[in-house]
Amino acid sequence: MSRPAHGLYSWIVQRLSAIYLAVFILYVLEQWIFARATTYEQWKAWLASPVNNIGMGVFIVTLLLHAWIGARDILMDYVHNLGLRLTLFALLILVLLLSGVWALRSLVLVL
Amino acid sequence: MHQSQDMTTNRRPVNLNLLRFRFPVVAVLSILHRFSGVILLFTGLLTCWLLSISVQSETGFARAVALIGSPPMRWLGIVLVWAFTHHLLAGIRYLLIDLDFGVERRQARISAWIVNLTALLVTGGYVTGVVL
Repeated sequence: MSRPAHGLYSWIVQRLSAIYLAVFILYVLEQWIFARATTYEQWKAWLASPVNNIGMGVFIVTLLLHAWIGARDILMDYVHNLGLRLTLFALLILVLLLSGVWALRSLVLVL
Repeated sequence: MHQSQDMTTNRRPVNLNLLRFRFPVVAVLSILHRFSGVILLFTGLLTCWLLSISVQSETGFARAVALIGSPPMRWLGIVLVWAFTHHLLAGIRYLLIDLDFGVERRQARISAWIVNLTALLVTGGYVTGVVL
């Protein structure tokens, strides 16, 4: 079997990631409203609990994929100069990877 | 026949006067979905920084809480509440349309109005303190 066409692959990833992001964010909002972390200890304990820590880790990776596909599509629509487009792609990937590593590091630090 | 010439040196008048374009509600929703996504993207690094100082120490946590409650962040918060709500609701609308719900023109227009207005209502609720 051949690999699916690139556009279709992105289309599916964008929708599946959207579902996870929406569900997890609504879960976090629910947690925040009903069990608001007001102290440092509570905040760390919340982040360190396995469900929240893994859920947040998956959230960060999923968010990176979702942001990459979305921003890439916008750049492909509006930036027609190939050199500029590739430069912006590289910058985007750099910023996304940096954010991802930074956020995941915070998650590991609370364990 | 002269395809390449037509693509590059077409002399027909081009009307790009934005004031004369029509913006149907579905187009407004689509543009705002992109715009709100870009806003959320640009706040990523700020969020990473707040997360990082909040887990590092007691004082870092206090600093993050104080920053989130500070006036400039309240203003940014208004923009973020709108961007988040609009992006989420418009995204759910797109997912439903992919599943064949509300594809018909009239329904699609109504749901676009609902998304655009609800995002504004939630933002208004946040500003006046009704929401959150």
